[in-house]
Amino acid sequence: MREVAVVGFTQSPSVRREPNRNEIEILIPVIQALREQTGLSSKDFDFICSGSSDYLAGQSFAFVSGLDAVGAWPPVCESHVEMDGAWALYEAWVKIQMGYADTALVYGFGKPSMGDLPLTMALQLDPYMMMPLWPDAISIAGLQARHCIESGVLRPEDMAAAAVRDRANAKSNPNAQVKGDFSVKQLLAEPFLVNPLRKSDCAPISDGASAIVLAAGDRARKLRDRPAWIRGIEHICEPMDFGVRDLGRSRSTEIAARKAGVSNDKIDVAELSAPFTHQEILVERALGLSQKTKVNPSGGALAGNPMMAVGLSRIGESASRIWSGEADRAVAHATSGPCLQQNLVCVLEGN
Amino acid sequence: MAVLTAVVGIGQTKYESKRLDVSMPGLVREAAERALADAGCSWRDIDAVIIGKAPDLFEGVMMPELFLNDAVGGAYKPMLRVHTAGSVGGSTGIVAASMVQSGIHDRVLCVAYEKQSESNATWALSISLPFSLASIAGAGGYFAPLIRGYIRRSGAPEDTGIRVAVKDRQNALRNPLAHLQMKDISFEMVANSPMLWDPIRHLETCPSSDGACAMVMEKESLASRRSGKVAWIHATEMRSEPTMFSGRDQVMPQATLDNAKNLYKKAGITKPREELDCAEIYVPFSWFEPMWMEGMLITERNQGWKMTYEGATAFDGDFPVNMSGGVLSSNPIGASGLIRFAEAARQVRGTADQHQIDGAKKALGHAYGGGSQYFSTWIVGSQKP
Repeated sequence: MREVAVVGFTQSPSVRREPNRNEIEILIPVIQALREQTGLSSKDFDFICSGSSDYLAGQSFAFVSGLDAVGAWPPVCESHVEMDGAWALYEAWVKIQMGYADTALVYGFGKPSMGDLPLTMALQLDPYMMMPLWPDAISIAGLQARHCIESGVLRPEDMAAAAVRDRANAKSNPNAQVKGDFSVKQLLAEPFLVNPLRKSDCAPISDGASAIVLAAGDRARKLRDRPAWIRGIEHICEPMDFGVRDLGRSRSTEIAARKAGVSNDKIDVAELSAPFTHQEILVERALGLSQKTKVNPSGGALAGNPMMAVGLSRIGESASRIWSGEADRAVAHATSGPCLQQNLVCVLEGN
Repeated sequence: MAVLTAVVGIGQTKYESKRLDVSMPGLVREAAERALADAGCSWRDIDAVIIGKAPDLFEGVMMPELFLNDAVGGAYKPMLRVHTAGSVGGSTGIVAASMVQSGIHDRVLCVAYEKQSESNATWALSISLPFSLASIAGAGGYFAPLIRGYIRRSGAPEDTGIRVAVKDRQNALRNPLAHLQMKDISFEMVANSPMLWDPIRHLETCPSSDGACAMVMEKESLASRRSGKVAWIHATEMRSEPTMFSGRDQVMPQATLDNAKNLYKKAGITKPREELDCAEIYVPFSWFEPMWMEGMLITERNQGWKMTYEGATAFDGDFPVNMSGGVLSSNPIGASGLIRFAEAARQVRGTADQHQIDGAKKALGHAYGGGSQYFSTWIVGSQKP
């Protein structure tokens, strides 16, 4: 395996609605800032990979204009996944592993505010058996949360505590959308949004973009004093059908964590992108984190949730804590699909 | 550094305008099962699944790979969904190959599909968002001016496109999986078909198809032990360029020229027309055969039409193109690129049945997409590189 590190990371602030900019206009300054941060230009990237969703943009081939933000001239080696940017990063990592590239630019972007996101997500379900019922994303997550509570997997107090932690952590994150000091009692007094979920159990709807630069070996050492080395990265997808899955745990995260070697050593920092409090708890358990791990120092997805970029941002947030020396070993997580169907786990180290 | 990789199994569905007998999971599973049977593998032998398709609006399902994953044996395995516009089928093959070439996986399955009958592609391509430029032209309306540009530059006779259309439909009669089976196809028939987007006539365009294509790829140490024939991947290449750049030449994009140059360099090919035995090229509108013969550096600039005219690209020509009938005879959009890649692999494995080119040893698979701005290609061979 080649040594590959995260050496650059930029993101836009997560905002509920970008009134004046389209997806590409949100992306352009993020890519520009990354160029300035790393001193690299488009010509320096051997490979470029992005993640986005046509359904968020409301049109086909929405990612094509992403090339305009990159400034892909002369023509570039480039690919795209209809997935969170974290999976685009995985594809770029593979290309570096096969010796096809030494450096790669990865980006993810989404502007869900253009539509009704929870309802749009109903279109992600089985189109023959489930989608005709139009179950929105919050209701689907609510069923999972209800199952977790009724089967004794977790309590509403645990869910509120996750929100309290993330919102408090987000106070130091200028890009976070939801932040502040709250108590469990305070959040539990909120009315239900979709029983048993309260608004504080749900990640916000966010417009935003983020971008990362990967580099191999000595190239990485030249770009950063302390690169964030990817020591393990794995992703696993479960079947979608809720009837064949144990919704009280995240088996795909467990498998990915084992293969990525999460438990090989202590984890200082974990950045999770679970969009609901009960899912954050399930992911935390699946990763097998101890009390010593600082979870979501940025606030995680519950503090800012730019779909298609939120998972990639978790890798970037973890890497930036390695660069600063705040952490020696970090784990980043990304998810996709209803009820944590697909999960990616990435282990980063400073040494 | 990369691990040598081979295609060891290929599966395709029958291509039709409406596959009402299967759901989307049924369609992708049909192709995947045939690829596994061809490779002599079971579901549990597959390490990862790569799924590709064109825009989600073509079926009306957001990220459909999530609900299809189970149908192609992807439960509790890594799964990636590729989408790079019309070139996506080719890109899916390239991403799948890279999973093995990188040494990460031993054996992977890739599946690309489109079930166009579930929605309406022209609607899906014609959505106009506020404050953004929309061509509302569909694909034919976009490409017609580029073809006009090519005719003007090259001085190609106006009937070149008709000849391509007749040739590819005749080839399709050799391929029982092809969507269009036009036994009475003739020059007059194509010439007299309605003009849709001048100079593109109705019979010079691709059909709208349902279908899926799948391949199993594996690393050298496993593939070498097989008694059956495999297709060794000699080289892959991808290139993209932006849409809104005034300096780009849309008729002969820099991205295709860069792609071809780098592909041949990686494959150790200096004279592609002589060293390659045949090619499956993405030709959704007839004129793109001569255009990509030039774009892939098979012939000199402005000379591509001569290959068509002189019969070089015919089944019995010196450089046969689209022996399977090509995109002009079957077009499940998201799968079309992977079909080109798979058909190239069939040729060098010697398993192309009625449309086999005798003794084919090296073949080119090609796909393009967007506004002539995304290119993905590979070269496969019967021998190791």
